[in-house]
Amino acid sequence: MQARLVAKDIACRRGERLLFRGLSLACEAGDAVHVTGANGIGKSSLIRILAGLLRPFAGAVEREGEMGLVDERLALDVNLPLGEALAFWERLDGGANPARAMNAMQLDTLVEVPVRYLSTGQKKRAALARLLNRDCPIWLLDEPLNGLDGEAQKAFEKLVASHCDDGGIAIVASHQPIALPSPQIVHLAEYLA
Amino acid sequence: MIGTLLKRDLGLLLPGGRGGAGVLPLLFFLAVAMLYPFAVGPDAQLLARTGGGVIWVAALLAAILPLEKLVTGDLETGVFDQLHLRGISEELSMTVRLLAHWLAFAPLLLLATLPAAALLGLSGETTRTVLLGLLAGTPGLAAVGLTVAALTASLRGGAALAGLMVIPLAVPILIFGAGALARPDPGALLLTGAISLGLCAVAPFAAGAALKAARES
Repeated sequence: MQARLVAKDIACRRGERLLFRGLSLACEAGDAVHVTGANGIGKSSLIRILAGLLRPFAGAVEREGEMGLVDERLALDVNLPLGEALAFWERLDGGANPARAMNAMQLDTLVEVPVRYLSTGQKKRAALARLLNRDCPIWLLDEPLNGLDGEAQKAFEKLVASHCDDGGIAIVASHQPIALPSPQIVHLAEYLA
Repeated sequence: MIGTLLKRDLGLLLPGGRGGAGVLPLLFFLAVAMLYPFAVGPDAQLLARTGGGVIWVAALLAAILPLEKLVTGDLETGVFDQLHLRGISEELSMTVRLLAHWLAFAPLLLLATLPAAALLGLSGETTRTVLLGLLAGTPGLAAVGLTVAALTASLRGGAALAGLMVIPLAVPILIFGAGALARPDPGALLLTGAISLGLCAVAPFAAGAALKAARES
């Protein structure tokens, strides 16, 4: 099955405020999208709407294919060693090749370290490792570069590129510049309500 | 998949686990049974007559203690979001958590009832009725607790509110469960079980709806 994600004319309301409206997006297999905009403009909300975690105020989202999400929330048990905390999700996801993900994110030496002792960047890398393990075609990434050092950023950009080469979709919300393979750029400021 | 979820939930909630209230509810429960004779005096007859009710009240209050960490942590760290993306509904994850919550506090509470009954000088007959009542009533207490914990999870100061909200909702269980002590027929116990089953059937849906609402807010 080809991965596909189409958003039609969506609007987002948080509380009493209409954040953006009239946003349409069509992603086919191999597409990369970079959502940009200032803080508080609704990037995270857009990612959550695309993930189906938030109902759009108007419009609809159609998806074909499994989705993986990385946002600022880690969803790992902080008191467990990293390896065990990730193992829970590996069991749910049917873990394709956990060692590969740990290696790609350079987490091999941290397997025994409790999650609460990890630095911001290391936690982000752990969340990305879980995404890799999930082996799903649609990646939804909310500020994936936060906390990553230069080397990890490059490794991550390479992963996204190979994911798109393999027919995956990557939607990245980030205020930072990020090298994506021929991305569609969505300036959220153009859809302000 | 359900096994994986249950294993993680039990790891969190069991005494000695990583995120639960530990043995605190049990100690609290035993402390009440220990303090009561000090408060009312050593009149064996009075203790034997009222002790069953005291155990019930202590059990109800002890069931409130683990609620604070039952749902809040996983909601804040986005575990339920990640489960949702994997096609695991809130209702299913709440069903599993209900089972884990009951397993983590009820069997040990039933065990602790034996020393508590001894401290209060309950007869064998009364102890048996209390144990059967608690066996029938604790699933209902767990269901009420989970629902309220999910409802208050996204509120500031939700834990204190959860405690207050559980008490009125648990009153029917208390009335029939403790009421079985006063009557020789098993009707009250059966009613307690029926209320429990009803609450257990509703709780995953109510708690699941609460989680979804919390996500939208």
